[in-house]
Amino acid sequence: MPLLPPNVSATNFSEAVSQFQTVVGKEWVFTSDDDVALYKDAYSPFWGEKEEILVSAAVAPNTAEEVSQVVRVANRLKIPIYPISTGKNLGYGGSAPNVSGSVVLDLKRLNRIIEVDDKRHFAIVEPGVAYFDLYRHIQEKGLKVWADVPDPGWGSLIGNALDHGVGYGFGGFRDHFYSHCGMEVVLPNGEIVRTGMGALPGAKTWAEYHYGAGPYVDGLFSQGNFGVVTKMGFHLLPAPEAYLTGTVIVPKRNDIIPLVEGGNRLEHAGVIGMPEYGSPLGGFGGPPDPELRSLLAKPGGPSAAELEQHAEKTNRGFFSLTVQFYGGEKVVRAQWEYAKEVFAGIRGVKFNEGDFIKFPATDAQLDKAHKVAIGVPNMSIFTIGARSAFNPSPTDGHLWFSPIIPKSGEAILEAQDVFMKVFRDMNMPSLVSAFSVPATWMFRAFVFIMGLPVYRNNIEQNKKTRELVKHLIQVGADHGWGEYRTPPAFQQQVTDAYSYNNHALRRLHETLKDAVDPNGIISAGRYGIWPKQMRGQKKV
Amino acid sequence: MKIIWALIGALGVFSMNAVAADAGQVEQGKQVYQYWCWNCHGDGVGKPGTQALAAKYKGSKPTILDQRTDLTPAVTKIFVRKGVSIMPFFRKTEITDAQLNALAAYLARENAKVQ
Repeated sequence: MPLLPPNVSATNFSEAVSQFQTVVGKEWVFTSDDDVALYKDAYSPFWGEKEEILVSAAVAPNTAEEVSQVVRVANRLKIPIYPISTGKNLGYGGSAPNVSGSVVLDLKRLNRIIEVDDKRHFAIVEPGVAYFDLYRHIQEKGLKVWADVPDPGWGSLIGNALDHGVGYGFGGFRDHFYSHCGMEVVLPNGEIVRTGMGALPGAKTWAEYHYGAGPYVDGLFSQGNFGVVTKMGFHLLPAPEAYLTGTVIVPKRNDIIPLVEGGNRLEHAGVIGMPEYGSPLGGFGGPPDPELRSLLAKPGGPSAAELEQHAEKTNRGFFSLTVQFYGGEKVVRAQWEYAKEVFAGIRGVKFNEGDFIKFPATDAQLDKAHKVAIGVPNMSIFTIGARSAFNPSPTDGHLWFSPIIPKSGEAILEAQDVFMKVFRDMNMPSLVSAFSVPATWMFRAFVFIMGLPVYRNNIEQNKKTRELVKHLIQVGADHGWGEYRTPPAFQQQVTDAYSYNNHALRRLHETLKDAVDPNGIISAGRYGIWPKQMRGQKKV
Repeated sequence: MKIIWALIGALGVFSMNAVAADAGQVEQGKQVYQYWCWNCHGDGVGKPGTQALAAKYKGSKPTILDQRTDLTPAVTKIFVRKGVSIMPFFRKTEITDAQLNALAAYLARENAKVQ
């Protein structure tokens, strides 16, 4: 017997499938076991267990009008639907919904690039447009703009932004929801609404001025379940003439504090792009040397002083910050000189000038560069998890644990200590060390991200991973650190932690949910927002 | 005699059409490969699929997928629809069955020549 959506009769489901077929064509409604299996989360932490999320069907419209018609059918027959864009949110749920039996609304066929303007620097796209697609379009047309790109490049601009995805470039552009401008949304009753300036018929600035007039509602459609986004505008970066990097190396563990202060000063003033912190002791330079390895193996771990002595002896430094400059050649070279002045007060600081590129980059420069930092989408992030000489037995995927911490050196050191203790307490190999640094995608905060392993054939290990994630979430919340993004399996726990004033925020979300989606058809349970009829069950 | 020539001529046209159709499918498959596969399985730095196959086969097979001569259409279809290791499976809105057939034909285009 085929899987049915929760609380839906076989008759109503069959009628819905038939009407979906009428709207989009039989070819684009998927109900066979093989076809719906393609909507599982490829990195599910429940792979092969009864809790694994399965879908009942998928429907793939081609236009916003078809989306509207599909949603009207679903609303009339109370069919739960779950929109996806390109379905590549791997590590955060992939293309699978929160509730088994949901019908996935697959928007990949809405793949039109509506407009790209390289004089006013914006784009308007549909959800099926991947970063690769927009990059190719910009290159083919010779346009002088960059889209800020995340890892990896096959994701949707809209899907990424709606899940608060982030990239690697300059300033606020890295926050892809923050840098969006204007939306077209199909509401749960099938009505199409445009936000911001787009609500004005004939508007000339839909993708340039965020707000239009009146309350700003776009946030409801990110990590939420209030509608299906079918178009979005994005601000783009004017293509810079040149790019320069420089690395600042400091000798002591506590030097991370002035290092971050300097990085913040430069970044928040618009001098640098994304700061990249690291540790020359624990970075990507391969396994530690024998002396460091023996230090790390000491019972209870090495002291900061011992590590500092090792850093000094090997002349490597303890922490580093790579700064990135974008602009005219004279400007970026002057900015590097200025940056060195900012850090000059740190005793023992060293500076290394890095790559300089005058665009267009040569193939050799592209091969050497961190491509996403210069707006070139690619898939190289997967080289970390893929099979290699260093990683002969790779996992089958990963979950991301992504707590937001303050943008300070003190917070980094505290997060190291707190999360190392979690691994010690759980008697598990630690993913955190005295060299760990946060990701810096967010403009005004750090994310102390960790990738936890999942397997398709190791239920016991997946259980351990789930327990670890749950514990990390709890410990993070106890320290005032909440996740910015999480897979469906943990969205309830993560949003439970955002509990100020007896969960006032969730109660507001629920009030809005009941008003906008009274039948609860869209993405039930997403980020802890349940429709009235399922509230309290909190199924995942 | 005229009938024989007519048959040969007809068969010749049929045969040319068949070859043209295959070439067209292979060309379509190449486009599918370049759009969906090359970014992981192509040449150059930062290609996780190429890296993984190099580690797996240790020189016994080409690391770049479209240089292989042992990928049958059935094998290609299984990997695309089932995934392998960290490579996820691909939905039919991404790669349709017709595109998958073309991709499989492209990756198998040299197989017969070495068998």
